[in-house]
Amino acid sequence: MSASLTSLLKSREAILVAVIALVMVLISTRFPGFVALSNLVSVFNDTSPLILLALGQMVVILTRCIDLSVAANLALTGMVCAMLNVAYPDLPIVVSLVLAVFLGGVMGAFNGILVWKLGIPPIVVTLGTMTIYRGIIFLLSDGSWVNSHEMSAHFTGFPRQVILGLPVLSWIAIVMAGVMVLVMTRTALGRSFYAVGGNPHAAVYTGIDVGKTQFIAFVISGMLAGLAGYLWIARYAVAYVDIAGGFELDVVAACVIGGISIAGGLGTVGGAVLGALFLGVIKNALPVIDVSPFWQLAISGAAIILAVTFNTRADRTKGRVILKSAEQAQ
Amino acid sequence: MKLSRLMTSVAIATGLFANAAAADDMRIALVVKALGIGFFEAAAKGAEEAAEELGDVEIIYTGPTDTTAEGQIEVINSLIAQRVDAIAISANDTDALVPTLKKAMQRGITVISWDSGVAEDGRMAHLNPSSNELIGNMIIKLAADELPDGGEVAVLSATTTSTNQNIWIEEMTKVLPDYPGIEVVGTVYGDDLADKSYREATGLMQSYPELDAIIAPTSVGIVAAAQAVVDAGKVGEVNVTGLGLPSEMAGAIESGASKSFAIWNPIDLGYSATMMAHFLAANADAEVGEGTVIPIGRMGEVTLDETGAAAMADPFVYDESNIDDFKDIF
Repeated sequence: MSASLTSLLKSREAILVAVIALVMVLISTRFPGFVALSNLVSVFNDTSPLILLALGQMVVILTRCIDLSVAANLALTGMVCAMLNVAYPDLPIVVSLVLAVFLGGVMGAFNGILVWKLGIPPIVVTLGTMTIYRGIIFLLSDGSWVNSHEMSAHFTGFPRQVILGLPVLSWIAIVMAGVMVLVMTRTALGRSFYAVGGNPHAAVYTGIDVGKTQFIAFVISGMLAGLAGYLWIARYAVAYVDIAGGFELDVVAACVIGGISIAGGLGTVGGAVLGALFLGVIKNALPVIDVSPFWQLAISGAAIILAVTFNTRADRTKGRVILKSAEQAQ
Repeated sequence: MKLSRLMTSVAIATGLFANAAAADDMRIALVVKALGIGFFEAAAKGAEEAAEELGDVEIIYTGPTDTTAEGQIEVINSLIAQRVDAIAISANDTDALVPTLKKAMQRGITVISWDSGVAEDGRMAHLNPSSNELIGNMIIKLAADELPDGGEVAVLSATTTSTNQNIWIEEMTKVLPDYPGIEVVGTVYGDDLADKSYREATGLMQSYPELDAIIAPTSVGIVAAAQAVVDAGKVGEVNVTGLGLPSEMAGAIESGASKSFAIWNPIDLGYSATMMAHFLAANADAEVGEGTVIPIGRMGEVTLDETGAAAMADPFVYDESNIDDFKDIF
């Protein structure tokens, strides 16, 4: 069964790659410059924050939870980093990075504790903390902006530095995706995420603490959101209460498109990355292919619905196969 | 709460004593949305300037500590008790203040609103910082002034449904024939999100390689577009202009991505509101209504329309020559 499952997922990723390629061909018929290497690099770079958040969200969704607070977490961490930079302009970037990951992790841990120890449904917890984190930004900043001229040059310059043809922002996304592949496929922790989401009762019997695993998933999601927070602020060189407003929905959509089952236990790092890239390509293509802005939202939405339809259909087929093999066994 | 009450009464008492010293001065209260906001502090500066020019005027700069209608009602009641001659208010609520302001007018106090208006019943006149026609003309003028030989410009707006932006763009289109050689090649919508606006601006530069200017009549869009121009290495080729706040745009002016932009000048606004209140209070017997012409000192004169409202002037233009004076104000 596990072999057929992997092949199904493998094929789904292959399909997604094919779909992305097809979309890019379609776009290039209307705007040839889109598939130029330099533009593809900038599309990937633009999608990097989404990839980072989708990686974290994937882990959370695998454990049958959901984290709606990622965008607020990103915004709060970003604001703290920005305000710190204004207060101490000479602070090394390493400090900002470590602080961002730590702060994001703390916010993720807060979500995790509520889910683990108080047993509150994750959607309720993170819906609440989403608002709380946004509120804290307001308290910290008094609603005012941190602007580009107030930030130091090395603070905003770090994600833009180019190494081997790619900006640092892209490299961070690639490295984190690599790390997550290792964690998910080569460590006991990674396997326990799948176990907890796939069958929580069975997971308990194998000695896995379901609540604790979910807690760790939230911490990972929070850390990645925090990291993306600093990068986001530095890239757009502005921090205010509403940054990345509604971005959590893009993140969940990227996961769903990438074939990560909202019911938990199914999904891969590759899927999350491809799902994010799919959305990234669409988002970057819509402004240049001269589609009426009134249609753009509808097109983005249709892509998500199609992906979900495809997912539920795939899940249903899987169910039938199991029943049939059970009948045959009798 | 009690403490703040006490403080208010102390303030009132001090005001009374100060008044006794100069009994014949006209006392004009400048009531703002909340104390401690840079924009209103600047308006107060303008009011003091007007008072100095008029000679026999004393300005009482006051307002609640947070932006609530309740707070303003309390402040107005204390001003009625002090028997000020005129109240010029930037209201936190269009309707909630009407009964209190009516009471003030019944006691012979001249009431005008400025910046953020009060319903017609609650004031004698209202001073808008500018008008839709003036703003629409200004944003295209800013772009055209940098393009003596004509060129391509594109508009980056907020959302497709933003009333203000849509009206301004409509007004801009009306006056377009006055600027020969200027071609508006497209209008895109950044939804007032930094990342989407950035992407749309990047898309504009890709779709129209000959683009000369991006007009963004929204404060989020103009900042994001300026950043996109810097990142695309098109500083000097593409000029970003429109409506923005000096504090947020200082970086863009410094980098050269934006040569100039506009927004109302709070100093002029405070000055004109004071002039207007002084004129109406000094001519208390005159009938005020449609067509009434009110001189506002160095700003010229304004004419009330059928709703008793008037527009002060063109939006004020900010560029590298004056940005440093304003970036810390608002």
